[in-house]
Amino acid sequence: MAKPFLMIHIRPGKCDYCGCCVGVCPEDAIELQESKIAVIEERCTNCRKCVWACPWEVIEFHREGIKDLPKEISALDNLQFAHSLK
Amino acid sequence: MKTRYDIIVVGAGPAGSTAARYAAAGGASVLMLEKDRDVGYPVRCGEAVSHEGVIQFIQPDSKWIAATVTKFRLVAPNGKSVVPRLDGIGYVLERRIFDYELAKLAAEEGVEVVTKAYVYDLLKNDDGVVVGIRALIKDEKIDIPCKIVVAADGVESRVGKWAGIDTTCHIRDMESCAQMTISGINVEQDVLDFYFGDDVSPGGYLWVFPKGKNTANVGLGLSVEEAKKKSAIKFLREFIEKKFPNAAILTHIAGGVPCAKTCDRIVANNVILVGDAAHQVNPVSGGGIISGMIGGMIGGQVAAEAITKKDLSHLTEYEKRWQKRLGWRHEVFYNIKEAIASFSDDTLNSICDSALKLPEEKRTLGGIFRAALWNKPSMLMEVAKVFVS
Repeated sequence: MAKPFLMIHIRPGKCDYCGCCVGVCPEDAIELQESKIAVIEERCTNCRKCVWACPWEVIEFHREGIKDLPKEISALDNLQFAHSLK
Repeated sequence: MKTRYDIIVVGAGPAGSTAARYAAAGGASVLMLEKDRDVGYPVRCGEAVSHEGVIQFIQPDSKWIAATVTKFRLVAPNGKSVVPRLDGIGYVLERRIFDYELAKLAAEEGVEVVTKAYVYDLLKNDDGVVVGIRALIKDEKIDIPCKIVVAADGVESRVGKWAGIDTTCHIRDMESCAQMTISGINVEQDVLDFYFGDDVSPGGYLWVFPKGKNTANVGLGLSVEEAKKKSAIKFLREFIEKKFPNAAILTHIAGGVPCAKTCDRIVANNVILVGDAAHQVNPVSGGGIISGMIGGMIGGQVAAEAITKKDLSHLTEYEKRWQKRLGWRHEVFYNIKEAIASFSDDTLNSICDSALKLPEEKRTLGGIFRAALWNKPSMLMEVAKVFVS
């Protein structure tokens, strides 16, 4: 099912890169490196399991979708990073 | 680095290092890749192990032992506690040193180790058969062929998924964890403390493990089903503010523990899963260091045998040996975990009261368990299975 836009946002500066979210993601939609993390937009179904799993509450769910990409530069880098690998 | 290997191990935690070590000892050429720049760091672990567990793999050494423990203390929701006797002793580790030592044992067997090496995909031939890995090593993309891939890539494992195994942990079984190593506190160095109850960690537990003078690992894990309502970090902050208001926080980390049965499949398409990646965790305690190393050892041995025999179908032997050694036990523990998680605070308090009435010599974990059984008779059959074999 097509979805309008990404609703899951990982606040990059706050993440501990622990991988708990990746472990519960049923869609293999999170790319995690040593200190980089990103949601792979095409796979994410906005199920929110990652939001619930995050021990530090750094994953946000935006009901209206993320229309403007996050301002943080690292978030943009991370999104590009996730795409560059596949 | 060579251009190809018999076996590539993805992840250099205890399970990965142990798999690599036994695979190399069995005569295979082995490369171990670690995504972080360091083996053993960051530490995402409460760090407690039993002496009996650890000596199967490495002789205890003071340089990676932060504390030697002889007692458990179980604290009920009403604050009363019971201290069961233990048969053996346990250790609180310095994982950053412990993991290094395990990697060194692997290196002594001839394993090559590369850090800052992130595996982002599997290499497959035209028939979809796994024939290697694709990695980003120090920011350079490199494909490395091999015959067998050992996925020791932890709770965040994706390698198994790429091989066609569903390794996703159900949110009911994933424990969302937070831990702080705190100092400047008064903490007994020979006791592992476990706190239970809805105020500290509903359905799970909070631990205070000594980490050397005036220092402890304080952490908790709770099922994602519960964390949905209130997160691990909130529970942890509240506990530390109340109990250790003046503590210095030396580290604070997040983590996830798959407190599930072993994955339905741990072998597929020339890939085997070990450790957290395979959900080889004791579902009651959440402990996964020793069981992951046991999985790693069996996996490494079987992988080496498959190489020697030139028969990769031999890998299915790993699943059988794991199931016989620990897999079946984890299934039983899983059912016990389900029962314990359903205990109300009142039940936990009454278990503690019953345990305190036991004469001291009977105040063992088994004795407390029997007290618990009075409150939950359905556990009886499950427990019987553990002790019968």
